Amino acid sequence: MNQRPRGPRALLPEASIALVLLVAPFVLPKIGLVPDTMNRILVFGLFGIGFDLLFGYAGMLSFGQAAFFGTGGFIAAYLLTQTGMSSVMLGLAIGTVGAAVAGYFVGLIALRRTGIYFAMITVAIGEVFFFMENGPLSSFTGGENGLPGVPGPTFNLGFATIHATSGWSMYGFLAVSYVVGVVIGRRIVASPVGLIWVAIRENPLRAAAVGHNVHAYKLLAFVIAAAYSGAAGGLLGVMQGYMPPDAFTFETSGQVIMMTVIGGLETLFGPLVGAAVWLYLRDFLQGGLGLGASWKLVLGLVFVLLVSFLRRGILGGIADLYARLARGGATAGEQPAAPDLSLDELSLSTNPAATRAPPLPSRPIPAYTGPILVTKGLTKRYAGLLANSDIDFSVEQGELRGIIGPNGAGKSTFFKMLTCEVHPTSGTITFEGQDITGREVTEVCQTGLTKSYQVNQLFNRLTARQNIMISALAEKRGPFRLDLLRDPAHIPELADLVDHTLDLVELTGRADVPVSNLAYGEKRRLEIGLALATSPSLLLLDEPLAGMSPRERVETVKLLKSISRGRTTIIIDHDMDALFELVERVTVLQEGRILVEGSPDEIKANATVREAYLGGVLV
Amino acid sequence: MLSWANLLSQTFNGLVVGALLALISSGLTIIYGTLGVLNLAHGAMFMVGGYAGVVAYQYTGSFLVAIVAGAGFVLVLGVLMERLVIRHFYERPAEDQILVTFGLGIVFVETIRFFFGSLSQSMPPPSWAEGVTSLGFMIYPTYRLAVVGIIAVTLLALYLVLYRSRLGMIVRAGIEDSVMVDSLGINVMRVFMVVFGIGSMAAGFAGIVNVPIAPITPDIGEATLVEAFVVVVIGGVGSFPGAVLGGLIAGEILSLTSMINPSYSQVMLFVVMTLVLVLRPRGLLGAEGRS
Repeated sequence: MNQRPRGPRALLPEASIALVLLVAPFVLPKIGLVPDTMNRILVFGLFGIGFDLLFGYAGMLSFGQAAFFGTGGFIAAYLLTQTGMSSVMLGLAIGTVGAAVAGYFVGLIALRRTGIYFAMITVAIGEVFFFMENGPLSSFTGGENGLPGVPGPTFNLGFATIHATSGWSMYGFLAVSYVVGVVIGRRIVASPVGLIWVAIRENPLRAAAVGHNVHAYKLLAFVIAAAYSGAAGGLLGVMQGYMPPDAFTFETSGQVIMMTVIGGLETLFGPLVGAAVWLYLRDFLQGGLGLGASWKLVLGLVFVLLVSFLRRGILGGIADLYARLARGGATAGEQPAAPDLSLDELSLSTNPAATRAPPLPSRPIPAYTGPILVTKGLTKRYAGLLANSDIDFSVEQGELRGIIGPNGAGKSTFFKMLTCEVHPTSGTITFEGQDITGREVTEVCQTGLTKSYQVNQLFNRLTARQNIMISALAEKRGPFRLDLLRDPAHIPELADLVDHTLDLVELTGRADVPVSNLAYGEKRRLEIGLALATSPSLLLLDEPLAGMSPRERVETVKLLKSISRGRTTIIIDHDMDALFELVERVTVLQEGRILVEGSPDEIKANATVREAYLGGVLV
Repeated sequence: MLSWANLLSQTFNGLVVGALLALISSGLTIIYGTLGVLNLAHGAMFMVGGYAGVVAYQYTGSFLVAIVAGAGFVLVLGVLMERLVIRHFYERPAEDQILVTFGLGIVFVETIRFFFGSLSQSMPPPSWAEGVTSLGFMIYPTYRLAVVGIIAVTLLALYLVLYRSRLGMIVRAGIEDSVMVDSLGINVMRVFMVVFGIGSMAAGFAGIVNVPIAPITPDIGEATLVEAFVVVVIGGVGSFPGAVLGGLIAGEILSLTSMINPSYSQVMLFVVMTLVLVLRPRGLLGAEGRS
């Protein structure tokens, strides 16, 4: 995504598809495709780009896209047949905007829930639109009759006037429209928003925790998908000269899903391929083989088989095959495995990147000089369980604080309350002098307080660099920005922040490896990197050493030392030796309360701590 | 138009529709609650049950045989579907499960269309439920009254199986923590298979019972599925009592609104669903459980 080739090569896929569409009229009719079918393929290909953005990229499976297809189509058809509007392009544009507006309001309702709820709600809302068209709004839409007489567009080129009516002239118009749709779609996918959508699909909780407004981005995906649907719906009416009411049916929603999945998700071109396969098979099975209505049975079976065995669809399958052939069967794994560091190499790397790389700049502290974090009476109650009770806690600017405590002492709950992932039952949290109690995690991260997780929360199907970039985007762009057509390379300082963070967590050499192929210790460092790239002024680390081998611990302790230079940091860990070596002050939690606070030496000598930890064995 | 007699008979119609929706939706919700799978082929199960019953009726002329055949056929179909397809999707994302059941639904619908065509099929009510019954304050078709009774008994049986039997205990424990149940030495996979069969059977049973009221076509399941979704969202996903309550509410909304203006009845149903989503996102009786 961030490594899109630049220069002329960058537009290669767009140029290729334009060429394919240019050549298609000379080739495809030879295998029996008529212009009308090809036009329909283009309309559904465009419809599918929006659906692919929504489902393939942002991960939201909507069964109600017909609602927007129909809305855009009927608005355009109504304007062009009933109001005397003469500009077809204007009608199509208004239809597209109308569908996007409908998408906005539907999104507000449907996005109240996720997963299967989202799927069910979109089904239901799609049906509302169908019934509205057929019932209450039938005086505008023609009800079951639809709207006949939709004109084709006319283009005055100065030397000639082109009137796209049907057949090849319409094909030309639709092909140009499709290419425009692809160019825009690919720009969106390559923009920061495209990467953030994928982040939300992979791990919505972490996307929110690094500072992205997940709900706004999902709503944006929904609106853009609706706009594409609306444009395609308008083109359907123009193409047929008639706007059919069945544009609104559940079957239409189902078709765009099936075409996209058959062609290949997360490709943008998939829906065009899927539509071509679908409509060609329809013609072929129905006419060529004389199967009549049972062509849908065959396509249903094809779909079930593809979902079961070739989830990435035709284009995904081709890409996998190509990748396998390109490797020539020489190497096994897709990516180089984690380097097997011998001890020698390790001692070499004791010249850690940390000493090379200066600490990341944490954000400028507002004119405020008191303690960076203060909690008063912080309490969290889960039903009968008191996880945290009446915690008064304060950390000074620039401090490196450790928190220890036996399992179940409430350490992680305390951290979750500080980052506002969990809201306290009572008490207040003050960060840099502002009361942040009850705010959302995204907002808190944007003000400069974030944490790394006890259990890795990464974006698993992306590379280490993309992971870091997701965090860095939140830092450089804020919680939400509509830079849909922007190349991330043009965001000032973004690349520096990403490179610097990768360097700091010593993943520069592994930056382009997908997370799933990273070694455990590397994932652990990436987890810290995700928090670091948001440039926090207060960094919380929840058991950064958990699950590491003794060797990895030594390395990571060094890393933590360099990270905490010039940055207020609080670390929870069970490894007391490591922690006592790192931090200046230690807070001990037990059974949800602060037991004692002091320097590492004081804590080591404290009898109550020994008792709490060791059950008095050594006392 | 608005008269007391009309209102009463529409209320009764709503009860019949509501009872059918309650049964269909409880099947959907039991499957989701236990297996975590949203079955988009559930509407097709409703339709297949109707066809299987009609075929049995055409051979035997017996209503009872038709009911047993319709429900039994869908039970077997459900078990096979779980065994051959769904089982391989438990570890895959929810979206994949939705897609594959959606595809299977189409396969079922088109298979039926292949054998029976698109024309509607029907079946008369049994002789003991023909004609009308006087309720004192109004007369009402006997079969519709019988349907409400039959479905009430079926729902009760379903309740007893789910809440008062050993299987039900395992099912409910499985909803809470299927790994734990598995490690107690209970074959969760077999329980899943049985539950998928029973849930599907509920839809198939409703499908055949509905035939004497409304003739079936291969496409009848689609609208039913959408209504069942609305019911489940209103009642609370995964909640059996929620499905029953939601079904009855939905039936009355559809019926009473169509008394005023039929073209608004479906729209009104979705308006209510939206209200529930806004005011109580987890549904009327839904618990914030697995999601």
